[in-house]
Amino acid sequence: MRKNGSSASPHTVTLAMRWSNFQRRYAPYIFISPFFILFLIFGLYPTLFSLYMSFQSWTPTDGWGRWKFVGLENYTFTLTDPMFWRAMWNTVWLGIFSGLPQHLIAIPLAFVIHMVLGRFKTLATAVYFLPYITSSVAIALIFNTLFATNNGVINLVIAQLNTWPVLGWFLPDENINWFLNSTIKYGIAMVVVWQFTGWNTLLYLSAIQAIPKDLYEAAAVDGANRYQQFRYITLPMLRPMMFFAVSLTIIGNMQLFEQPFVLLNGGTSAATQGGQTAAMYMYRTAFEWLEMGTAASIAWVLFIFIGILTYLNNLIFGRTARGEV
Amino acid sequence: MLESANKTSLGGLLLRISGYILLALGAVATLAPFYFMFVFATHQRSEIFGFPPPTWFGEHFWTNYQILVQKIPFWRAYWNNLYLALMTTIPSLFFCSLAGYAFAMYEFRWRERLFGVVMATLLVPAILNLIPFYLLIYQIGWINQPKALWVPAMAGAVGIFMMRQYILSSIPKELIDAARIDGCSEFQIYWRIVLPLIRPALGTLGLITFIGSWNRFADVNVIMRTQETKTLPVVLRTLQGATDVEWGAIMAGTALLVLPLLLVFALAAKQLMEGLTAGAVKS
Repeated sequence: MRKNGSSASPHTVTLAMRWSNFQRRYAPYIFISPFFILFLIFGLYPTLFSLYMSFQSWTPTDGWGRWKFVGLENYTFTLTDPMFWRAMWNTVWLGIFSGLPQHLIAIPLAFVIHMVLGRFKTLATAVYFLPYITSSVAIALIFNTLFATNNGVINLVIAQLNTWPVLGWFLPDENINWFLNSTIKYGIAMVVVWQFTGWNTLLYLSAIQAIPKDLYEAAAVDGANRYQQFRYITLPMLRPMMFFAVSLTIIGNMQLFEQPFVLLNGGTSAATQGGQTAAMYMYRTAFEWLEMGTAASIAWVLFIFIGILTYLNNLIFGRTARGEV
Repeated sequence: MLESANKTSLGGLLLRISGYILLALGAVATLAPFYFMFVFATHQRSEIFGFPPPTWFGEHFWTNYQILVQKIPFWRAYWNNLYLALMTTIPSLFFCSLAGYAFAMYEFRWRERLFGVVMATLLVPAILNLIPFYLLIYQIGWINQPKALWVPAMAGAVGIFMMRQYILSSIPKELIDAARIDGCSEFQIYWRIVLPLIRPALGTLGLITFIGSWNRFADVNVIMRTQETKTLPVVLRTLQGATDVEWGAIMAGTALLVLPLLLVFALAAKQLMEGLTAGAVKS
């Protein structure tokens, strides 16, 4: 509202006030509208349309609008398709073996960074964080060369470690062919762990730094050693962050696509069956076999699956994370 | 602080040393793939897979580069990458800060519910939107057009959330009221008062958006069907499909794809990492 001089008539005052009130009232809606407009057009509408599409048979060469209603056929096909279930199995396997190690490494790593590093804390975290900002395609291409069977860097490192005592007992004596149905998942998991451990380390480090120092001091006075401090102060205080980080990992791992897609050469690799994820199978159904209706049904099955997982995660870990138990 | 309790004891020292060793091993494992990418970029295919594999820079970067520009429209793809990243980032800064400002500073009906909708879109796995999104782009005839990729990304939920958090924590409501009394319109308050004050957060959001767009793959791969419209990660992937894969050339291209982000990160690592965790710690 303007500071109106005494010369202004009462009429203009009310008009100015009205305009001021009007724009003040509707400004927030206008300011947030770009998000909602874009979301309705490019998010909600296509999602609902794909629900419709999942009951149709359509391929792009049919021409737009020429879909055929097939009822539940796409869903019955998907749910009885052994290739789909194999892809689901790969997804769950990778979800666990590329997810769990990230956290098992990141939590102690963040604790050690916090304990022993002073000035170089940011530098060290930045190094670990580097893979997170790197293109997944680039990473998968790099690892593709590192995974070479003969003279590949990773196999050479394993051969070197094999000569060590104890560790050598667990390692194979021959070069590993990483591009077999039986081995590819380990390779993909290794890439994913390498790429995202730094991100989780950063998350846990920021949570550790937020823990009040006097908690540790009190524990030290009571004679707690570092392991006990870690076990009885750091870990419990990290619970909310664990819940948050694990939720992100679940959502991320269930839609794993780029790493397996590139490591499997877009699905032409001999190890495709052993490594392709549900997201990749959906992608190939749509864009390789051009079965849009079936692909839409895969997307919805996967969506419901991820929804259930997220719900279970909330149910089991969400309560403890919020400190209700 | 807590170090002092253990610093003098032998056990504390040993613990500290083993900590350094662990950190160093982790750093080597993290950096090694980047190192080999740069090394392999300077070697021919036969050298990369020979025994022993190269551990130091060779002299074939130029050969690899020649193969690269001959097999794919490399610089065109590079430009496409940059174009997509900039066209996503610039409108994002505007629309996200505008919406974040509204959610932070106004009282309005359904504010919490609408903000809940914004946050809920983060929970929907992005890859599941791929097929519906493709169908929509196909329907409206935007296949092969860059706007199909950047228009939908102009106002993301992450950006709105970040901006809201930053504005809530840094701008006092009294400042907004004072500007209003001075006769600023609502948009003027945003443009003249809020925007200059949130520059650090805009910088962080700009970096995050730029990096995300630079690395985009899955949706670009289905929307951009011609060689001229593809971005760098997509064309590099096509090189891998050939019968005689030129890994040296692929590594050279990959290095050129990764390098700008490494440089950006070297300059702004702290800001970027703080920005990415700011929301996570509070929630």
